[in-house]
Parts: sequence; structure tokens; C-alpha cells
Amino acid sequence: MKFLWPVFAREFKSYFATPLAFVFIMIFLFAMGAFTFYLGHFYDNGVADLSVFFGYHPWLYLFLVPALAMRLWAEERRSGTMELLLTLPVPLWATVLGKFLAAWAFAGLALLLTFPIWITVNYLGNPDNGVILASYVGSFLMAGAYLSIGACISSATSNQVIAFIVSVVVCFLFTISGSSLVLDVVRGWAPLSLVEAVSSFSFLVHFAAITSGVIDLRDLIFFFSLIGLFLYANTLIVDWRKGG
Amino acid sequence: MIEIQNLTKHFGPVTAVANLSLTVRPGEVLGFLGPNGAGKSTTMKMVTGYLAPDDGSVRICGHDIVSDTLAAQRTLGYLPEGAPAYGEMTPRGFLSFIAHVRQLAGEEARLAMQRAIAGAELKAVLDQPIETLSKGFRRRVGLAQAILHDPDVLILDEPTDGLDPNQKHAVRDLIRGMARDKTIVISTHLLEEVEAICTRAVIIDQGRIVADATPAELAARAPSGRLDDVFRQITTRDTAVAGAAA
Repeated sequence: MKFLWPVFAREFKSYFATPLAFVFIMIFLFAMGAFTFYLGHFYDNGVADLSVFFGYHPWLYLFLVPALAMRLWAEERRSGTMELLLTLPVPLWATVLGKFLAAWAFAGLALLLTFPIWITVNYLGNPDNGVILASYVGSFLMAGAYLSIGACISSATSNQVIAFIVSVVVCFLFTISGSSLVLDVVRGWAPLSLVEAVSSFSFLVHFAAITSGVIDLRDLIFFFSLIGLFLYANTLIVDWRKGG
Repeated sequence: MIEIQNLTKHFGPVTAVANLSLTVRPGEVLGFLGPNGAGKSTTMKMVTGYLAPDDGSVRICGHDIVSDTLAAQRTLGYLPEGAPAYGEMTPRGFLSFIAHVRQLAGEEARLAMQRAIAGAELKAVLDQPIETLSKGFRRRVGLAQAILHDPDVLILDEPTDGLDPNQKHAVRDLIRGMARDKTIVISTHLLEEVEAICTRAVIIDQGRIVADATPAELAARAPSGRLDDVFRQITTRDTAVAGAAA
């Protein structure tokens, strides 16, 4: 904790040192609203729940979360602060985790600021607030999973644009790996167990399970182990690519 | 105290540092000289624990940099090449971050910051974003960061690069003032700097030590008695190769 906190605090504050935080949160909230009310026909559905709202989260995260993650390491590498950061007496795991948690906390803040829609739906009807809470938890976990992928990829390059594009592609594959677009490619040659393994990586499937109102331990384990795996890879890449 | 034993680093086919051994004791200010690409920065990166050596060992105040990295890094102040710092932060915020990372708190942190700010003469720019500062001030922010925790060992990669003559003078006074009980290594291209503050000069070329003596002894090796003549004489016979390695 004593190592984690200074790294976390610096990283979290750095979002607010530039207009980045403001711009990101504005676009996030605007896009959430636009998707829910215009594309999702929130009012026309006549149902007091937020399933339409949460249904768009994976697709918004797909672009917005890599934008949040791309600078985490690429910027350190480009500006040379990487050398400063990694010669300070902090264990590497604490640096990797502190930076990730800062970005995750920022994503969580943006997510919390969508609360007016929760107030709206409670004003309009009697939604199941348990399901809504579970969905928020699921959405936050999914954001963390996207972020860990973005952080890991950011650590491999000093170019933020490359970090962004590669992250979007990898996140896209994880999002849709349960759909026929991906599964048909695998199905042709792979054994059934592999097909099932690939489809079990789908964020959509795990997120949909949580937004149905049931926080299953398996879905939690999925998101947490995915985050752990990518942060571990992040640590290895930083350690391995220090000189380059 | 820095003890370097048989330090070696390869980048692909290029040997950046070859079997380098060197001991620097408290009270010494060692000027680390050499043409560009000679392996100065690579050596410093290995000594501070940023790069892992391919072979050999480094001990900082008795702590091995590879197996006991954090203990070694705690006793170490390091100004990396180019004095990197977080541009969006102010010097005050940046130094306070460094103090936190180094586990200084409360009164201790306040005094440490005060001392570093006074030493690097940063008072005038404390609350301006670092990216808006001149090159000289940025270098001094990096220097303040390195001396913040009053380390036993200081490693400074080109500490006066980009400073005007007055600022150079001030930084040299600062280094000289700290030299009594600390182990200090500075890399530099400025031979006049070595004569001004260093008690010992080590010249490396192609990753090997080619000279190790006091600045006065070295200068005496040239008929002209000038350090830059000695430097050229020692390092030019294979500049073409050294240049390619850079």
C-alpha cells in the first residue's frame, strides 16, 4: 500500500492536470445518453429498466477505454520518465498496479456520473434496482478488463496511436469472441472444446450474465483473472522492454 | 560507495559495456568521460537498476542492484539523461510526488523539499508546469529530484547540459558542497567541468576504461598540459568504430 498510493495518486491527478478528464467525461456521458435515448429508443420501450443503457456499454468502452489506457505507459516511454519511474525504489508490480487502478478509478468516476439516468428511470417507474446495481458492478468490471488490455498494449510501444488502435482491435476480439463471426472461423478446424474455450472469453456473454441481475462467481472470476493476466503481462513487457 | 565488477552489456551484436570494473568511494567526485556512444549512459542505467546487466555485478552501499534492487535504489539519487520529468506537473507537485514515493512524510518531507528547492534554486518557478519551463530550469528540477532524499550516492547524467554559465557555476557549487561525504558520479562532455569539480576522471571508449586518474595527472600526459588534448589522443584512434556504435 505504501508503494501503491503515491503512484496511484500521481496518475489519477494527471488526468485532471489537462483537459483530458473533462473531455473524456463529457464525451462519455454524451455518448451514453445519445445511444440510450436515440438509438435505444429508451422512452418508446415503455419499460422502466436500464437494459438498453447497459447494452451499449461494451461498444462504447471498446473505443473510449483504449483512449484512456493508451497513454499509461506509451507516454512514459516517449517522454523518458519511464527511466525515472523505474529507478525509484518502488517494486514494479506496485507501479503497474498503481497506474492501472488510477485509470480504473477514473473510469469508475465517469460511470458514476451517469447516475441521472438511474434517477430518471426511478422517477418514471419502479425498476429493479438490484439488477441495476449488479449491472453497474458488471460494467465497472468490464471497463477494468478493457483497461488491463489497453495498459498491457500501451506498455509495448512509445506510440499512443499504435497503442490505441491495437487495443481497440484486441478489445473487439474479446468483446465478440462469442459471436458467430469469430466462432465460425474456429469451428472449421478446431475441436469443440477449443470452440467453447474461445466463446467463453466473450465479454458480451459474461456481461450479459451479470446484467440479468445475477452476479455469478464465475463471471467475477473471469473478469478478475483476465485483469490479473494482462497486468502480469504488462509487468513482463515493461521489465523486458526497458532498454528499448 | 559504488562497486562495479566486470559489468557487461550487449545490444544485439554491439557490445555497449565490456567487462567494466570500477570502485567509487565516499568523498570522490568521479567525472565519467567518453565520446558519444562510448557506454556512459548504458553504464549509469545499469548502476541505477534500470537496465539489467548481461554479466557482472553492481553494489551500491553494499546492496546488490539486481538481487536487492529497492535497498540499493533507496540510497541512490539519479538524474537520467535529458532530465525527464512529468511535464504537466509543477516542480512543487513533482518533488512532493518523489518525496512520497521515497516514503518521506510530514516534517521530514517538508524539510527535504525545502533543501532541494534551495539547492537547485527553483523557488521562482515552483508553481509553473514543468513543460513550460526553460531547459535550464527543467534540468534543475531533475537535479532537485535526485538530491531530495539526501542520498549517499548521486549519479548525474550530464547535470549541466543546457545551463547558462551562471547556472553551471551554481550547479557545480552545489555538487562540490555535497561532495564531502557522498559518492558522486557525473557524466559530462565538458572537460572544463571535470577540472572544476571532479577529484577523479575516468575515460571510457567502446565500453572499456581507457584512462583512470586525477584530472591533473591526465592533463599532464599531453605535452600541452590540456585535458581535451589527452581526451582526443586517447579516444580518436578508433572514433570511426565508436561513431558507428552510437
